Amino acid sequence: MKSKKNIIIFIVLVILCLAFLFPVFIVLMNSFKSKLFISSEPFALPTAETFAGLTNYIEGLKKTGFFSAFALSLFITAGSVLAIVIFTSMTAWYITRVKTKLARLTYYAFVFSMVVPFQMVMFTMVKAANVLHLDSPLGLIVIYLGFGAGLSVFMFSGFVKGIPVEIEEAAMIDGCGPIRTFFLVVFPLMKPTTITVAILNAMWIWNDYLLPYLVIGSDYKTIPIAIQYLRGGYGSIDMGAMMAMLVLSILPIVIFYLLCQKHIIRGVVAGAVKG
Amino acid sequence: MKNSLKKYYPVFALPTTAAFLIAFLIPFILGIYLSFTRFTTVSDAEFVGLSNYIKALTSREFLNSLWFTVKFAAVSLVTVNLIAFTLAMLLTRKIKGTNLFRTVFFMPNLIGGIVLGYIWQLIINGILENFGVTITFDPKYGFWGLVVLMNWQMIGYMMIIYIAGIQNIPGDLIDAARVDGAGSWGILRHVIIPMVMPSITICLFLTITNSFKLFDANLALTDGAPSRQSAMLALDIYKTFYGTVGSQGVGQAKAVIFFLLLAVISLIQLRFTANKEVEA
Repeated sequence: MKSKKNIIIFIVLVILCLAFLFPVFIVLMNSFKSKLFISSEPFALPTAETFAGLTNYIEGLKKTGFFSAFALSLFITAGSVLAIVIFTSMTAWYITRVKTKLARLTYYAFVFSMVVPFQMVMFTMVKAANVLHLDSPLGLIVIYLGFGAGLSVFMFSGFVKGIPVEIEEAAMIDGCGPIRTFFLVVFPLMKPTTITVAILNAMWIWNDYLLPYLVIGSDYKTIPIAIQYLRGGYGSIDMGAMMAMLVLSILPIVIFYLLCQKHIIRGVVAGAVKG
Repeated sequence: MKNSLKKYYPVFALPTTAAFLIAFLIPFILGIYLSFTRFTTVSDAEFVGLSNYIKALTSREFLNSLWFTVKFAAVSLVTVNLIAFTLAMLLTRKIKGTNLFRTVFFMPNLIGGIVLGYIWQLIINGILENFGVTITFDPKYGFWGLVVLMNWQMIGYMMIIYIAGIQNIPGDLIDAARVDGAGSWGILRHVIIPMVMPSITICLFLTITNSFKLFDANLALTDGAPSRQSAMLALDIYKTFYGTVGSQGVGQAKAVIFFLLLAVISLIQLRFTANKEVEA
């Protein structure tokens, strides 16, 4: 009787799975249909008449400059994640170990920033970025470091509190200065938190639309900006190109996900529980 | 060791702190100040007292977006968590293919809001096509479209947290309950739910805050149409800043109210989690 119940559950799960995959399948299918047939009959399979081959992909790549958007997204995400991991872990260690008033105040400021929604600082942050000439891909990394610091410092600090000070003191006695102690002893110990912080920030920055659009959107396009750009003026949306570009932006995420699934799921759980 | 480390402030703390000041703290303080002024470029700010707040709180669009957001958060809260919890229960029964199912259910969570918005726009418009309308015809369509989108994105995420919670329950506890004659329903109500209460709290607050902050998907799915009736708080604030000339001050006041709302939600959450720790 129990196995019978499990079979029913199994079937229900299979149906749900197909339902979850359905939206992605529809987009994939429509990316091969001629753009005139997408809006009118999105659920119909391509026929000899509606099949468009790779036309949508070629058209979409031309309109959005997808490959340079991909490269830019990769540069900004990788650069920001690297900067966040290195600098916030150093900061977290410093403000946890040095118990000055300033350090404690800094910690609370970081924690506080996690509560604040982007819209609160949207306008003034963009102004600050313009005034300081940070409105470039490289400058954007500085902005992401500053805006992403809250959660990352908080998570690293939580981990540092659990490391026995004796390990660090032993390294110091052996003649390591603070910099070598940090990079040779503390940083390697932080690896699980480092992976979590890297994954959470990568997911956020890769998909972020508004911040890069406002700071560098007039000169540069990341993937989300390129997709939104396709919408263009009212009613002029090229559905064929849109479908093809949606497929191309989902594809790298799915590949990355299948490769590092274990880390991603563990990181997301850790992030949720601590954040 | 503490003393020798103290001198290293410029190396360890300065880069992050400087970026934090530029990207967060200064804009935040400036933002609060500007919410009491009329301005278009920041340097031309002119003090106007509370008039921006009065305009914000009497603006039909803002109140409408607030109500829309609250309704959306409430509906998503219930649907996302019920479905996610049920899936987590089903996936902790040692059924074949559990890992594959988990992988598929979580996948949408990695897709960004803009892409999500256009995927669902296609599907919802495809269904509404049969009735001769599109998603921008009535804010109701936009509302339920956003709910479906949110469910698709968040269920897998919440499910993973629930699974972690359920797996932490010691097996003996459930066995003991069964020996004492508890049925599946009794075990769920009196053993599993109390034991995963911390996960439930986390998931409820994650769903609420993510619902309140939703922007990208809203922009891509309906862009607030028809006439801003399907705009949520974040989108309404954005449109006030960049869509209407001379209303930046009002936009900033709306943003402060938005921030205060989220701060209150976080404070309530802190209360809840602190209480739970005392009990445990």
